[in-house]
Amino acid sequence: MIHNHLDILLIAIVTAVACALPGVFLVLRRMTLMSDAISHAILPGIVLAFFLTESLSSPLLILAAAGTGVLTVLFVELLQRTKLVKEDAAIGLTFPALFSIGVILISRFAGNVHLDMDAVLLGELAIAPLNRLKAFGYDLGPVALYVMGTILVLNLIFIFVFYKELKLATFDASLAAALGFTPTLIHYGLMTLVSVTTVGAFDAVGSILVVALIAGPPATAYLMTDKLSRMLILSAIIGSVNAVSGYWFASLFDVSIAGAIATMTLLVFGVIFLVVPNRGLIAIARRHARQKWEFAQTMLVIHLFNHEGLPEAETESAIADLHEHLSWDPTFTTQVVRYALHNRCVSQDEAQLILTEQGRAIAQQALVQ
Amino acid sequence: METAGSKAIEVTDLTVAYQDKPVLWDIDLNVPPGVLLSIVGPNGAGKTTLIKAILGLVRPAAGSVLIYNKPYEAQRQIVGYVPQRGSVDWDFPTNVLDVVMMGRYGALGWVRRPGRQERELALQALEKVGMAVYATRQISQLSGGQQQRVFLARALVQDATVYLMDEPFQGVDATTERAIVTLLQELRANGKTVVVVHHDLQTVSDYFDWVMLLNIRRIASGPVDEVFTPDNLRETYGGRVAFMKTGK
Repeated sequence: MIHNHLDILLIAIVTAVACALPGVFLVLRRMTLMSDAISHAILPGIVLAFFLTESLSSPLLILAAAGTGVLTVLFVELLQRTKLVKEDAAIGLTFPALFSIGVILISRFAGNVHLDMDAVLLGELAIAPLNRLKAFGYDLGPVALYVMGTILVLNLIFIFVFYKELKLATFDASLAAALGFTPTLIHYGLMTLVSVTTVGAFDAVGSILVVALIAGPPATAYLMTDKLSRMLILSAIIGSVNAVSGYWFASLFDVSIAGAIATMTLLVFGVIFLVVPNRGLIAIARRHARQKWEFAQTMLVIHLFNHEGLPEAETESAIADLHEHLSWDPTFTTQVVRYALHNRCVSQDEAQLILTEQGRAIAQQALVQ
Repeated sequence: METAGSKAIEVTDLTVAYQDKPVLWDIDLNVPPGVLLSIVGPNGAGKTTLIKAILGLVRPAAGSVLIYNKPYEAQRQIVGYVPQRGSVDWDFPTNVLDVVMMGRYGALGWVRRPGRQERELALQALEKVGMAVYATRQISQLSGGQQQRVFLARALVQDATVYLMDEPFQGVDATTERAIVTLLQELRANGKTVVVVHHDLQTVSDYFDWVMLLNIRRIASGPVDEVFTPDNLRETYGGRVAFMKTGK
């Protein structure tokens, strides 16, 4: 039983990392929807290959499904190129068409075999370790681990070898073409990889949740770094964290493992989205709040500066009447005055506000700009 | 390579069409080495398409392009390209130095990674465009003018013989514009050929020594003094140019 737990966990981690790596480039190319399309459209490929081989773990299955995946990308792009259909609509038209062919094939011909819709849509990580690789009487571990492990290694090799090309073609496809790097080739190489990965992951987590594995960790990592190589590493780490915590969550509450992993993916994204320094929601809200007070303070010192040393200065800088001169809410005015006093931009002389050197400097600088 | 009478760029009978809608009609253009040429014309005149056709990025329906007497594919290494600034996503996770190093990718070829030498060259190029202090800056934090300088540095690092630039002055401040012009004139002084898609008719005769007037077909091309005439402009812009100072 402990063996089983470890097997499931390993499969989950390897699958998550294998999905996250090509996912980085999909997110940067704004193509995550394409992974959704691929993950659904591979169904007819899987079904047809299943009819031919009568096995769910045949390598032919993966090849046939990956072929359908690349075909999906091709269809979408051909539709798009007619300029009569936009990309999102082209995706929306293509994958349900292919998916429904798969659904019809299953319902018509595969009623009694082990290929049911639930498994297709949701996958079943819990039973993945049951199918084991055996040789010479030894149990070498679950087949799924070998399949996903191989796919992970393929992804690593592809991204490592063509890192420079992937980066250039993703950032600036026209320069890539001008320099002779055939971005179309790189594009379809990446799409083949995504298809193969999706087919492999589909066994474990099903065709819907695989999108969470592909899009979630890269989208999270994107918020955390400004460097592509670091985004790849972070995506892999976040994918693993999601897999482990999702598995733990599923064991704790006895729920679907795939569902729990996807939930964790969104949860982790949500947390990072809120708390990441500089570009997280909280940091942005704080910055806005600070800017609001800074700006009010600047308005105040400019007001004082403009009337400084003039006959009307006494009335214009009377703390009690400030809100009337500036047409501000009295409470807000009091807060701004307190903020400016705290920052030593102004000082209080009985009922008057007086600019300090610092306050005068701020006003002068603001007026120069 | 740069013998007298040789042509840096030779476009012959070039027609580019989307479906049956022509974008460029039978273009002929000869650019001698060492000139600073601007391509001007109204919106939709096919200026960007012409640049892309020279670079083999769009397939012509007819005609040919030669760079120093050879097709572009054989001359990639000597052609530097500056695309429109808006053509890329500036939120891409990378920094200034990294983008400039991309200019060396062509020389590196497939698979080989940039190393210390590429870094050095990129830093030198950044120095030339006055952006050396921004080398490690995330590209999303750059202003429009700074982005344009980064793109220029990326082309400079290619150490090309022919440069093709698509609207390098678009949306940049006056300081950057002057800096870019100085740089272009330096390139020409070093014997490079520079072709620039340009929008501002007022500055053509100040900045450039050659001009091509384009509006789907070629109206005229040659030295600014000879072809940048009110008649040619009227023909290019269809009488929409009312007040123009031409010549120097």
